[in-house]
Amino acid sequence: MENFLQQLINGVTLGSIYGLIAIGYTMVYGIIGMINFAHGDVFMVSAFIAMLLFLAVTAFLGVSSLFLAFFIILIAGMILTSLWSWTIERIAYRPLRGSFRLAPLISAIGMSIFLANFVQVVQGPRNKPLPPMFNQVIQLTSGGEFDVTLAYKQIVIVAVTVVLLAVFWFVVQKTPLGRAQRACEQDRKMAALLGINVDRTISITFIIGAALASVAGVLYLVNYGVVSFSDGFIPGVKAFTAAVLGGIGSIPGAVLGGLLIGLVEVLWSAYVSSDYKNVAAFSILIIALIFMPSGLLGKPEIEKV
Amino acid sequence: MSEANAAVTDPMLRIRGVETYYGSIAALRGVDLDVNRGEIVTLIGANGAGKSTLMMTIFGDPRARAGSIVYDGVDITRLPTHEIARRKIAQSPEGRRIFPRMTVQENLQMGAALGDPAHFDKDLERVFGIFPRLKERRNQRGGTLSGGEQQMLAIARALMSRPQLLMLDEPSLGLAPLIVNQIFDVIGQLNREEGLTVFLVEQNAYHALKLAHRGYVMVNGQITMSGTGAELLSREDVRAAYLEGGH
Ligand SMILES: Nc1ncnc2c1ncn2[C@@H]1O[C@H](COP(=O)(O)OP(=O)(O)OP(=O)(O)O)[C@@H](O)[C@H]1O
Ligand SMILES: [Mg+2]
Repeated sequence: MENFLQQLINGVTLGSIYGLIAIGYTMVYGIIGMINFAHGDVFMVSAFIAMLLFLAVTAFLGVSSLFLAFFIILIAGMILTSLWSWTIERIAYRPLRGSFRLAPLISAIGMSIFLANFVQVVQGPRNKPLPPMFNQVIQLTSGGEFDVTLAYKQIVIVAVTVVLLAVFWFVVQKTPLGRAQRACEQDRKMAALLGINVDRTISITFIIGAALASVAGVLYLVNYGVVSFSDGFIPGVKAFTAAVLGGIGSIPGAVLGGLLIGLVEVLWSAYVSSDYKNVAAFSILIIALIFMPSGLLGKPEIEKV
Repeated sequence: MSEANAAVTDPMLRIRGVETYYGSIAALRGVDLDVNRGEIVTLIGANGAGKSTLMMTIFGDPRARAGSIVYDGVDITRLPTHEIARRKIAQSPEGRRIFPRMTVQENLQMGAALGDPAHFDKDLERVFGIFPRLKERRNQRGGTLSGGEQQMLAIARALMSRPQLLMLDEPSLGLAPLIVNQIFDVIGQLNREEGLTVFLVEQNAYHALKLAHRGYVMVNGQITMSGTGAELLSREDVRAAYLEGGH
């Protein structure tokens, strides 16, 4: 029982990170129908940038408060990631819009390889670990066969995710930008007739997705303390699985899918086999694609057209 | 004549020699058409004549391959679609194109996307005054409205941008006669009372020609006849081709 509770805590933490990445997949798919294969690497690069920022902020600027450093990294990371992902969208995807359907997909795969290799070259062969952050733990139960703990970093990860999702949800539902985004998703031609700059809206969608992935990157770094050039792939595929499981195109679905994948992975590792934890996530992807292609919260098709 | 004078007498919308293609097939083959300020102009023609293509070509989607479209003294032939919308032209397009997963109110907010948020509430009350039905359904999703309600919403959405030129592609399509009358009344009223310029495509030629100041007939991507609404209505060939029975 205690063990289960502990796994639940760990699963929700991991699931938060997957959920944040999954939103980027789902939004980009929703608006242009493209799976952004480079999104996992965007996440990995932002984790890498977060590490450099952390070193810069603590070593060179001498910021001693961990919380302050963390917030600086979070914000600066989002800004930097927005900038370079905007550039990527501009050079690798936008010129291919209106080209044949597979063109942007192939370009995204190329971009994914480029980003991973770029970090590999810059990083050198060894993983760079961070000094541990938010390492204190709260003891929830004790005395049993197993002490259930809640680490500070887990609280930070879940809290940041919740706050970010709330802000993001407000933007999508209540602001002109969010409405323009949803309009482009539903009928791009009509959105343009109403004066919406569709190209710009698509760029902004990429950027928002990347900014969320950059936060996920920071949180990932906080959780594991280390990031490697190859870390874009597996979490990327898991987040993609989360998006498919939740119903690709659905934002609440992405969050729900992320939590489920996080829980499955952690529970699988705890009770079945930690060697095969990735197999569990990918089996879900295959099962979802075969039996439930529109996902848990996929769009209900009740509209007249 | 001075420049200022020329602007007043120039048509609001001047279309000259416009050709539009779908792939290698010509849909518009040299269209000339004017809409003057304050007028209701209607375009009638058989299915597939190219009416909707002309409406969309004015918005640059598809783009004219030849010819020119001048609106308010500015050549808009090559402007991006959203820039054309920003010049205060609004269109209720063929098929209505309501955003299905947005509420009625959100659809109207999209219509006002270019407007000053300060007069949103006032404009909302105005279109709700015209179409009270929409007010009752303001929180319902667009995709679940009936066909007639969607048509009202499409027109209301176009009005929300406070257009100078309102373009309507078959506003009466699929509506009950009572609602058709109501919609034509609204168009006439907006024109008379607010001086709104209207460019109207219609299958319902009798109604449209009665309402319009001037009309054009399109056949196979070309304008074959034009004149005042009354003139066209009285022509035997127009009546034979476009007015079924009764009228
Ligand atoms: N997207 C498209 N691709 C290819 N051909 C098209 C396309 N849209 C329209 N056409 C063709 O262009 C011609 C003109 O079509 P358009 O929709 O403008 O006619 P219309 O006058 O509006 O007809 P209706 O009264 O039926 O609405 C038709 O022959 C049609 O088949
Ligand atoms: Mg048509």
